[in-house]
Amino acid sequence: MRKLLGVSLIVLLSACASQTTQPEVDDLAAGSGAGGGMSSSDLGGSGSGRPGYFSQLNDPNSILSQRSVYYDYDSYTVKGEYRELVLAHARFLRDNASASVILQGNTDDRGSREYNLALGQRRADSVKNMMTLAGARDAQIESVSLGEEKPRALGQGEAVWSQNRRTDILYRGE
Amino acid sequence: MSIYWFKSIRSVWILLLCLISIPAHAQLNIEIFGGGASRIPIAIVPFADENKLQQSITPIIGADLHRTGLFNLINPAGLSPHAPVEVVYADWVNRGANALVIGRVVALSSEQVEIQFRLMDVAKKSQLTGLAITVPTTQLRAAAHRIADVIYEALTGDVGVFSTRIAYVLKRGNKYALQVADSDGYNAQSIIEYTEPIISPAWSPDGGQLAYVSFENKKPIVYVQTLATRERRAVASFKGSNSAPAWSPDGKKLAVVLSGQGGSQIFLVNADGSGLQRLSKSSGIDTEPSFSPDGRYILFTSDRGGSPQIYRMPVTDSESSNAERLTFEGSYNVSPDYSRDGKSFTFIHRNNGQFNVAVQEVGSRQVQILTNSKFDESPSFAPNGKMILYATEINGHGILSAVSRDGQTRQHLSVQTGDIREPAWGPLPKWK
Repeated sequence: MRKLLGVSLIVLLSACASQTTQPEVDDLAAGSGAGGGMSSSDLGGSGSGRPGYFSQLNDPNSILSQRSVYYDYDSYTVKGEYRELVLAHARFLRDNASASVILQGNTDDRGSREYNLALGQRRADSVKNMMTLAGARDAQIESVSLGEEKPRALGQGEAVWSQNRRTDILYRGE
Repeated sequence: MSIYWFKSIRSVWILLLCLISIPAHAQLNIEIFGGGASRIPIAIVPFADENKLQQSITPIIGADLHRTGLFNLINPAGLSPHAPVEVVYADWVNRGANALVIGRVVALSSEQVEIQFRLMDVAKKSQLTGLAITVPTTQLRAAAHRIADVIYEALTGDVGVFSTRIAYVLKRGNKYALQVADSDGYNAQSIIEYTEPIISPAWSPDGGQLAYVSFENKKPIVYVQTLATRERRAVASFKGSNSAPAWSPDGKKLAVVLSGQGGSQIFLVNADGSGLQRLSKSSGIDTEPSFSPDGRYILFTSDRGGSPQIYRMPVTDSESSNAERLTFEGSYNVSPDYSRDGKSFTFIHRNNGQFNVAVQEVGSRQVQILTNSKFDESPSFAPNGKMILYATEINGHGILSAVSRDGQTRQHLSVQTGDIREPAWGPLPKWK
């Protein structure tokens, strides 16, 4: 029953989101600057059809504006320095039952595209597991992978690769 | 000979490209490297009256044979027999030709021609084979490929694959196009174009449909598209990631990789998207399924042993954690593709940071590494098992390459702007 409710909430949310001019999920909007147009935060819930919590998510002073978790090579372990970030989002989801996220795992471009897709999935799943342990509901989170297909940085070398080994946290309707 | 050939190819390409409204700078270049030691010397005489056609036949036949690395094209200049009685065999012995191709074109109407050709054995002074084909004038390239197939089969004993098609993804700027082209790179057509990535195209066994993974909805979803109608449907669009489609040999089912039930695991689904059934069961990654030609087994990549290796499992009607590990050399062996006879498979092997195309015999487990490049991906066997098509990189540019099964000959297919990747060699046409 709880599961069913979660699913219908997502459907409602995405129906809402499709009325706004913003794309349902913007995978490049992971940075803190993405919500720049949301300065009139108090109005967020009314009028535009966007829930009020988006102002909190995009406040540059809040840890919630940080949306990326980075990994070591060939690893899907969430490093200690990203723990607080993931837990903050988990608590936010716990406290805002109507909020939901899509977690997009990414890899660098070395090796098989399909195998990298599976590695990226594992990265997104590792964040999801941490979030559900901290109180977020399973139905609030969809973990997916973009593999090596959507690199943030282009080129070769560790400085590039390290930026592409990451999970991005995207709120639906954002 | 080859310079003349390249020039003629370019002009045809520009014409074709205008027709399908892709910018002219997208022309496809073909380069050939190496070649076996014992190439068959063959002379191809331009067919009588082929110069009256929009498209000459014999240059296409010559190019097809040349690309295999199995033939040495003998210059026929100055000699022009078109019928057996006109052949002076001593002339061809002097030029070192073992085989001779002659023929003529007869216009049946403004839209139809008959192409008659004969393959002559120079030593035996006799005809090996011959064929008369009637084709619409719009199908001249297809007719030439068919003749090249007949010649190839008569002289090598193997099935020719010049009449097959290939699929690949062309990335230009932020645009991705899933394209289908003839096996020589001509007649390229976009099946679908997006500003989001497309990967893993897979041909249905009858060549009429392509399965692929599109990221157009911000996550990977598996689609099947019918080439003739362009109609398409999502066959795996479950929560989480959906990827790595592989057709069963009867074309009724697809193996796909889904993450919705935890991890990345292999499932079977009917080609219409119904009847989902789980196949693999591990706590690790199971992906890149490839059916054996008899449909009884699936090869796949799994990291259940700690590093990605290739495994084989039987296809049953229940999920199973049982699988036999097949690769043992090195710490990264991925992307298996069965040969059409089921006796071997091609895959990507990592060695010292290089990713190379390799082939392993299923029975003896003998491995042969066929390339020495840096970033090879997505190997795909030709339907006759004699060539392997794969993606590689030159100067940061994605190109397609094909290597002969013995590693002796390679050919490159590239576009001047943009990257080509994710190749899949299509099946033999139905009439084969």
